[in-house]
Amino acid sequence: MTKKKIDIKKTLPKVLMIVLVALYLSYLQADPMSHSYAITIIERSCIYSVAAVSLNLIIGFTGQFSLGTAGFMCIGAYITGIVTIDPAMKSQIFYLYGIQPWLENIKLPLLAALLVSGLICAAIAFLIGWPVLRLKSDYLAIATLGFSEIIRALFGWDGLGTVTNASYGVSNIPSFSSLYECVIICVLCIIIMALLINSSYGRAFKAVRDDDVAAEAMGINLFKTKQLSFVISSAFAGIAGGLLAVFMRSAVTSTFTVALTYNILLMVILGGIGSISGSILGAFLVTGSQEWLRFLDREYTFGSLFPMLSNTSIGGFNVPFLRNGFRMVIFSILLMVVVLFWNHGITGSKEITFDRIAGFTKKLIKHKEGNAHE
Amino acid sequence: MTLSYFIQQLLNGLSLGGAYALIAIGYTMVYGILRMINFAHGDVFMMSGYFMIYAITVMPWNIAIPAVIIGTILLGTLIERVAYKPLRSAPRMSVMISAIGVSYLLENLANYLFTAMPQSYPEISILKHVYTFGSITVSRVTLLAPILTIILTLVLVLLVNKTKLGMAMRACSKDQDTARIMGIKVDNIITITFVIGCTLAAIGSILYFTDRNTVQPYSGSLPGLKCFVAAVIGGIGNIPGAVLGGFIVGICQIVITATGYSVFSDAFTFVLLIIILFVKPSGFLGEKAIEKV
Repeated sequence: MTKKKIDIKKTLPKVLMIVLVALYLSYLQADPMSHSYAITIIERSCIYSVAAVSLNLIIGFTGQFSLGTAGFMCIGAYITGIVTIDPAMKSQIFYLYGIQPWLENIKLPLLAALLVSGLICAAIAFLIGWPVLRLKSDYLAIATLGFSEIIRALFGWDGLGTVTNASYGVSNIPSFSSLYECVIICVLCIIIMALLINSSYGRAFKAVRDDDVAAEAMGINLFKTKQLSFVISSAFAGIAGGLLAVFMRSAVTSTFTVALTYNILLMVILGGIGSISGSILGAFLVTGSQEWLRFLDREYTFGSLFPMLSNTSIGGFNVPFLRNGFRMVIFSILLMVVVLFWNHGITGSKEITFDRIAGFTKKLIKHKEGNAHE
Repeated sequence: MTLSYFIQQLLNGLSLGGAYALIAIGYTMVYGILRMINFAHGDVFMMSGYFMIYAITVMPWNIAIPAVIIGTILLGTLIERVAYKPLRSAPRMSVMISAIGVSYLLENLANYLFTAMPQSYPEISILKHVYTFGSITVSRVTLLAPILTIILTLVLVLLVNKTKLGMAMRACSKDQDTARIMGIKVDNIITITFVIGCTLAAIGSILYFTDRNTVQPYSGSLPGLKCFVAAVIGGIGNIPGAVLGGFIVGICQIVITATGYSVFSDAFTFVLLIIILFVKPSGFLGEKAIEKV
């Protein structure tokens, strides 16, 4: 084996970026009260990034159209919630149904709780994958979608009230100790998935996606490969669900509807199917812009937007279209535009690297210079 | 459980099943020709419910019903032209994502235009007439739904099997390229398929919402998925199969609700789907010998 030489020119920007991000995070963390809005957005985006990358793993890298993400997130959220709540609080939360005695005194640290939910989700995915993964694309989609509805119904059922608290859900889940905790866990999850995708297993996934017949001829066991991808993707979806429960400090079945899966799918598509960095970018863009576009949901009069109009007759009218719900309409139209005209998403199936960013800026500068000469 | 209670629930099940069957036909026909799940179909059905709410305020019911049907057809064909037609040669996954996108758009649009509050569905007096047989009370729509469904299905089966148009549809579902060579305008046939699907969805929505009284932006998504499941249970691409599946799903849902497990009434449909896909993936009537549309 040859030793890899560390290329300073290539590693420097990476190190620099990590330092910058760390500095920014520590700036936010230094005064969490006044930066709570930014912290909320960052934490939410990071958690959705994990979910989006896990969905991308099965859809984009293995080519299996699975829509069960919300179901696995639901399982992960409840497990994480139940095992991290302070035992003293449990009888209060479960006042209606009482709690199973074996659950009463369990109290795990966050990392262990996430690990447990990941493992349980993996086990469930292993069992579910047995019948479901033999189905072809659209049947698989509808079966996994159905699975996630079944999970939602099961967790909201009175019969399981002593474990899941039925429709009331689990509340009072202890939140993250700091912003770092959330970000570091998310980054770790994504790194693990990225390493997997770049390993020989990841190449097998891509082979199955591109041509399953050829992949089988090359000695790849189709079913086992699909199942591995499904199990790992589901495990990380479960972890993302657990993180989401900690973030929201509660786990209720109404969070984990089909709409949540669609939302995560939107992130994956927007970022580019088959690109890890694309999914992360997609998660940040979708979460961020849903916050930034909030002004679309408010009603304004022309007068309040343009002070010079406030004395004229137009000033009293409401700005047309701006009303509760308009934000999501704009959002879904954007999604349709991406799907129809720009179906590779922002990054396509390529990853965002520093070389590409550098190349892109160089091209941009050259282009500008070229324009200036004309 | 007394006999009258049983009959009452059976009638409710048949009525719900009839509405489901009409929607399921739309799924099965589109799947037969385009090989895609039209995720937006359930939301078209929901929009049709809203159309009725607004139509009835400006016109009498006998004009409102055709107006709603036409409105639904326009919406459905518009969706087909804008969202599905440009992706004819794209991979199947892109078309499916596009369909999910349309469904997302319609739900958000309904949320924006009609607010998220459930709105009450107009009571069309001729449908709401109540009959009483002993201890059983049934509204006319409950009795009408299964009968209307069966009549419409028969008409549709005749159309598919006996007319030139039906022959063209069958040809398109078998092999689009060859059909095109034979001089069939495939795009027109696809549009006609959507027109038929939307007509039935509009009729289904009248039957469904008259019994349920309220419409809200998400009241189409779950029934839509259930109706696709119904189409799969009956054998995808097969019209009588879709009707059979619709009745099975509808009756099962009512039975489960009546026995007190209403939490599982939605989930059970999907359990049924997984069982069917495991035991008989081609569905009850989806034999190769039966022609597909």
